Amino acid sequence: MRLSDLQIWTITPEIIVAIMACAILMIDVAMPERARKTIGFGLTVSTLLLAAIAVVVGQDAGYTIGLYGLVVQDRVSDIAKLGICLITAVALVYGRSYTEERNLLRGEFLALALFGTVGMMVMVSANHLITLYIGLELFSLCLYALIALHRDSAEATEAAMKYFVLGALASGILLYAMSLLYGLTGTLELAGIRQSVSGFSADDLPLAVALILVIVGLLFKLGAVPFHMWVPDVYAGSPTSVTAYLASAPKIAAFVIILRLLAISLEPLLEVWQDMLIAVALLSIGFGNLVAIAQRNMKRMLAYSTISHMGFFLLGILSGDSVGYSAAMLYAVIHAVVSLGVFGCILHFSGEGFEADQLDDYRGLSKTDPWLAFLMLLFMLSLAGVPPTVGFYAKLSVFQAVIGAGLLWVAVPAALFVVVGAFYYLRVVKLMYFDEPVAKTPVRSSAAPLESRALLTVNGLLIIGIMPWIGVIAEACRNAILLVGS
Amino acid sequence: MSFLQFAFYFFAMILIGAAARVVTVRNPVKAALYLVLAFFSAACIWITLEAEFLAIVLVLVYVGAVMVLFLFVVMMLDIDVARLREGFARYLPVGAVVAAVMVIELGVVLTSGRFDLESMPRPSGHGQDYSNTREVGLLLYTDYVYAFELAAVLLLVAIVAAIVLTLRRRPTTLYQSPARQVRVTKAERLRVVQMPSESRNKENQGDPS
Repeated sequence: MRLSDLQIWTITPEIIVAIMACAILMIDVAMPERARKTIGFGLTVSTLLLAAIAVVVGQDAGYTIGLYGLVVQDRVSDIAKLGICLITAVALVYGRSYTEERNLLRGEFLALALFGTVGMMVMVSANHLITLYIGLELFSLCLYALIALHRDSAEATEAAMKYFVLGALASGILLYAMSLLYGLTGTLELAGIRQSVSGFSADDLPLAVALILVIVGLLFKLGAVPFHMWVPDVYAGSPTSVTAYLASAPKIAAFVIILRLLAISLEPLLEVWQDMLIAVALLSIGFGNLVAIAQRNMKRMLAYSTISHMGFFLLGILSGDSVGYSAAMLYAVIHAVVSLGVFGCILHFSGEGFEADQLDDYRGLSKTDPWLAFLMLLFMLSLAGVPPTVGFYAKLSVFQAVIGAGLLWVAVPAALFVVVGAFYYLRVVKLMYFDEPVAKTPVRSSAAPLESRALLTVNGLLIIGIMPWIGVIAEACRNAILLVGS
Repeated sequence: MSFLQFAFYFFAMILIGAAARVVTVRNPVKAALYLVLAFFSAACIWITLEAEFLAIVLVLVYVGAVMVLFLFVVMMLDIDVARLREGFARYLPVGAVVAAVMVIELGVVLTSGRFDLESMPRPSGHGQDYSNTREVGLLLYTDYVYAFELAAVLLLVAIVAAIVLTLRRRPTTLYQSPARQVRVTKAERLRVVQMPSESRNKENQGDPS
């Protein structure tokens, strides 16, 4: 085999980001204290943009398997990688002043964020259980460290510990499932597993155990009910800039691994896992929306809202056809963009020694900072799924897929809980627009860097559904999934 | 009894004896040393199984690096052995139950007939020119080269994370700064004091005028 047969260019973005992460670690040591933050930060963001350009330049309309079958490049992995790079870059820009004020913006923070991005990109282009698992671990390990980086905060340490222990448990379960799959099928390649699994009968006991463990491991990482215990603590306890990082791009990566592992490799067992996912999706939507009502902490509320959104995302997957998968992909992308915006607002609003994580902090925001309040309004409406925003299109496409799959009885309770969920999103709007400002709330937006405000505006305007990008992305998702399915 | 069987029983007995001593010996340093012996005997058994490369790696990595690190830790930390043994009687019943369950499970699996000599025949050995170092290397650096490199990145992240989480400057800790030590001048270290000469006479002491 010659070097050119390796198709090494399929992993160009990963190589760029990994090398630059190592370089940033070194540059950070050599730089004088003052230049460090600016240069390191600039390098990190430009690395991510460069990787995004590399994805666009090297895009592949077909289906290329590289590096001895460990890697696959197709439309899904291209879109996911592009989304991951851009969203992570924006999340870092939003979090810059927040991280700097808490004295966390060191070379290690940036390098860990980049290595985490590498992990996500490895996951989305995995064609082999080993690559998939190493990518997942690489990403998780970076995230544990990023959360624990805020060492003086007891909440951050607690969040990191909880995430670490439960994450390790989930990894163990997933690894055990993979070993069972390997034992049953004799291969670690996803396409080979699919081929081998279709030869089994659906009530084969060891295969059922492997399937259940795969689902449990994936849902643990996704944070769906009943495996959601870590989500609120991690969202609320992490530094908000890390929460923005973990609430946005990883959802796209999670979609792709669920697609590849469950929806493609284990598709012959669709009837078995469909019922399990229906239960989990409905529980997540119901529980997430109901418990979010009781929250007074903004980040906690958003964590429960994420749990309910993950339920919707699973609804798309469990439809079990290309319409459902592309709806789920659209949902994951849109959810990542909207979460990015919400946490961007929170980051923009919080300042030195002020976390802006209580709902009461947002009282009367429309009077102190009308533009920020307007953007927050857009994000909240999108999360609630109100028509002019993209959140509506995402929910609509998922419902279409579910009803198209003949699961009307699943769609009805899900739709009812959307109405319940609208309450707590609209409560934030009410606090911002109809309540008087609290005197003690410091207004800091004027001091916040201009570039994050400009980006936030772009982010907010993207949320309005009349923008053409939504159609483009929906079309791209559909094409990507059709290619993978064939 | 062939020589191979003799070698197996010889090393297996040492292995089991050493493993038993690891948990029964009172001195933690001795326990660590018995663990080294156990690893070494296991490596010898692996060699009889034709897994030469893994056996050497076991000795190099576990005996050479990990256990030496263990010894350092055991010697440097002030471990109160008496306190560690306090709960022994209390945990004994639970421990005994767990051990009994494990023994029963092992018995069920081993007597199920799937592990006797007929169903698990001795694999035919490889020829003399077969090198399993070469085979492992070929697989690792061709088929799995991507996973191998990724594992290296994973280890790098683990190192960075461990350092970043434990290394930090505390204001109360005392540091040496070699750069400043080298740059020191005479004026900073030495103070020449002018004072009147003292008389040997003890009666004049305490009277400065």
